[in-house]
Amino acid sequence: MHNFTITELIDGLKNRVFSSTEITQHFLSRIKTLDPAFNSVITLTEDQAIEAARLADQQLAKGDSAPLCGIPVLHKDIFCTNGVRTSCGSKMLDNFVPPYDATVVENFKNNGAIMLGKTNMDEFAMGSSNETSFYGPVKNPWATNSVPGGSSGGSAAAIAARLAPGATATDTGGSIRQPAALCGITGLKPTYGRVSRWGMIAFASSLDQGGPMARTAEDCALLLNCMASYDHKDSTCVDRPVPNYSANLGDSVKGLRIGIPKEYFSEGLNAGTEKAVRESLAEYEKMGAELVEISLPNTGLSVPAYYVIAPAEASANLSRFDGVKYGHRCENPKDLEDLYRRTRAEGFGDEVQRRILIGTYCLSAGYYDAYYGKAQQVRELIRQDFTQAFEKVDLIMGPTCPSPAFEFGSKGNDPVAMYLEDIYTISTNLAGLPGMSLPCGMVDNKPVGLQIIGNYFDEARMLNAAHQFQQVTDWHTQAPEGIES
Amino acid sequence: MNWETVIGLEVHVQLATKTKIFSAASTAFGAEPNTQACAIDLAMPGTLPVVNQQAIDYAVMFGLAIDAEIGKTSVFERKNYFYPDLPKGYQTTQLEQPVVGPGTVDIQLDNGETKSVRIHHAHLEEDAGKSLHEGDFRSGVSGIDLNRAGTPLIEIVSEPDMSNAQEAVAFAKKLHSIVTSLGICDGEMSQGSMRFDVNISVRPQGDEKLGTRTETKNLNSFKFMEDAIHLEVERQIDVLEDGGEIKQETRLYNGETKVARSMRSKEEANDYRYFPCPDLLPVVISDEHVEQLRSKLPELPDAKQQRFIDQYDLSEYDAGVLSTDATVANYFEQAASQSKNAKLTANWVSGELSARLNAENLSIYQSPVSAEQLAGLIVRIADNSISSKMAKQVFDGIWNDEGDADQIIEKRGLKQVSDSGALESMVDEVLASNQAMVDDYINTDPDKRKKKLGGFMGQIMKASKGQANPQQVSQILAKKLAERL
Repeated sequence: MHNFTITELIDGLKNRVFSSTEITQHFLSRIKTLDPAFNSVITLTEDQAIEAARLADQQLAKGDSAPLCGIPVLHKDIFCTNGVRTSCGSKMLDNFVPPYDATVVENFKNNGAIMLGKTNMDEFAMGSSNETSFYGPVKNPWATNSVPGGSSGGSAAAIAARLAPGATATDTGGSIRQPAALCGITGLKPTYGRVSRWGMIAFASSLDQGGPMARTAEDCALLLNCMASYDHKDSTCVDRPVPNYSANLGDSVKGLRIGIPKEYFSEGLNAGTEKAVRESLAEYEKMGAELVEISLPNTGLSVPAYYVIAPAEASANLSRFDGVKYGHRCENPKDLEDLYRRTRAEGFGDEVQRRILIGTYCLSAGYYDAYYGKAQQVRELIRQDFTQAFEKVDLIMGPTCPSPAFEFGSKGNDPVAMYLEDIYTISTNLAGLPGMSLPCGMVDNKPVGLQIIGNYFDEARMLNAAHQFQQVTDWHTQAPEGIES
Repeated sequence: MNWETVIGLEVHVQLATKTKIFSAASTAFGAEPNTQACAIDLAMPGTLPVVNQQAIDYAVMFGLAIDAEIGKTSVFERKNYFYPDLPKGYQTTQLEQPVVGPGTVDIQLDNGETKSVRIHHAHLEEDAGKSLHEGDFRSGVSGIDLNRAGTPLIEIVSEPDMSNAQEAVAFAKKLHSIVTSLGICDGEMSQGSMRFDVNISVRPQGDEKLGTRTETKNLNSFKFMEDAIHLEVERQIDVLEDGGEIKQETRLYNGETKVARSMRSKEEANDYRYFPCPDLLPVVISDEHVEQLRSKLPELPDAKQQRFIDQYDLSEYDAGVLSTDATVANYFEQAASQSKNAKLTANWVSGELSARLNAENLSIYQSPVSAEQLAGLIVRIADNSISSKMAKQVFDGIWNDEGDADQIIEKRGLKQVSDSGALESMVDEVLASNQAMVDDYINTDPDKRKKKLGGFMGQIMKASKGQANPQQVSQILAKKLAERL
């Protein structure tokens, strides 16, 4: 049952092959049995899920159910869930229970989906390996000595291990696509402003974007159909109709112009990864698409620009965690300064503190122009790179990340090496463009991700291209050893 | 040495919107602590601001009223600092691109001249909450009340164009008059609706270069501001005359103890690390919208004063007093239109009514005497039904809720006697029973007889219990005495 895609589960529910209660209980029991080995789920909402499944079965019996009625999903623990602890992977929020749902969570509820629980993540979404979580690292189901990627490593690993058919995730610099690649699943970061950020705990507000993770592009389309909405509670949300992302999945990719940025195939790219990506591009050629070499000349500046802008925004976004109103508070503060100092020193992990310090420094008097101001200029250049590229091509493709899943601790002491993990994904966040990753090969029995970058609000075309690829390949159906049971 | 004072003001004006600048919580004053603070005001994780259009419109209206340039695109920025009553750890405000650009405010000086004070800019921002320290709260701990957090403010920044406390107060009062006339602020100083920061420096008379300035913060009454300026100017002159130097610093003035102290020096000043708020898009104001607001702009104090002179034939002084506060002006106009006697109404509004309101510390909208009731009283004064002396008693009666003028006159029997027959016999009686006074009058030198009339008047008025029409009595008295010569 856990090998069914969401599309297949919906069919099964409609045709009474099984009930929502049955599949919900099945996934809950898989999480309880298998997840201790992966640590991908940090809060299980079992009673709520069973009750919701019972109600979903009633709806299904009536025959007028919502699109995702009865489908179990996991939410990344960055999305606020009314009455359910939302920790953001941090000690700071270990005791935080929001009195409201994120718009994304509400959208899933309204579409009939059932929340199984909350997934592990890098603390405040800061990390590419899931090693910074207060709840311990998530292990990659393909190789438990290796990272699942981050920050949405919990969601990606859970899907890879068939603990849920779909999950929510967020992407600030690659946090959906990189773990999707490393865990061999499909994940989509929509255009900035497509999915509401209300109730999604902010890391870097101008870059953060929620998106779906599932095994197939077809399932991602179903999830995005309900996830995307205009939300007046988020001023950066774009008021634009949500298309039916499932409608054109079957379209041919014949004549599709695919841009191949030469900067994405330069030094630092693992040879096996490159081979897998090139073979995938050849598949597209076989399907009638046209490959066009392009240049995104400012790609090399994306990581440094990102590591000024994201920490700068984060330094302000995380100021609210001061021990005054909610979350962690140090014991017996002797005065206000002591309260702030110890609460934040105890509540935040090393990587979060590092980024707060970087951001604070970049915004300081005398440094602002050289760092934050310059980074904003670079951001504009990167945006222009893409604008020019999309005059010539319909989609851009390349590797999602430089190499397959690395082993725990291998980059832990070298933050810059870790930051370079996102070299191919960060540019799209800076430009606000949509990007996705889908499985396209294996290196040493670890998955490789193909990245697809689209023009603004062109998610439907990306999903169509990904779906067509998944019609002629079977990388997305492969499962880690021992998971099938 | 002669010293010259240079003063600039920063004025915080709370806007009279029903809800906060970035949330839907109420801005009403005086509620139980933290009952008007929603998840956004509390800076709960995942919450986002949405700007209140009414606050923007009010700021634009102020800009139009002072003939300022309106910022077609204004940008909210984050001003970062830690304080318990600042829930997000930053204040959302404007810096580089404020909503209101340079403008001017004209003030009347005591010598009758008009002076233009230049406005540097005015920007929108959110108010902070309040910290309740020991004494206000429980001992040993401080409390935080976030009801005020997020109340919209405009901060109006003047150029250093004022040269003494009187000018500063005139400027502050003029701003008060403008914002209350516009209806964008309730003007309640005691509730903190307007607060002043005063920048003061002194320099030797004739010097070009400005002296080092200090800023005295958070003065919430005209009187406190005036006192604080006098105190600070004296202090600076004393320091300089003793050969000392003025330190650039922020000072606090206590209006109750009349003592000021240094709060922090320039060296201790925060680095606020301003940067554009990524949660809010730039505010774009179209020309059409500006024109729409301009067309709905209410009459401003200067125009109103001129109209009162023209329409009601008031003196410039009376017109000024009555047009300064829009609520007073409305009260006056309502009463005048019903009494059909503008001059007398003006005298009563600016005289007896104002004095009584001041004495009892009430605002005009709290007046126990309505405009209609005052008009009723004035009608009776004008038609000679009651004397002005009686009118004060009737006014007291209305104030104490004993009814309308006519009811009180009737109930207390205060109606003025104007029946000439009755008055003649009253005069006859008094003259008959005071033969000695009459003889004295006859024997007095004709040039000095006028002085003796007062004695007769007193007797007659006493006999009539004050109800005799004094003008008629004096005519009859003159006639009767002449007959006895």
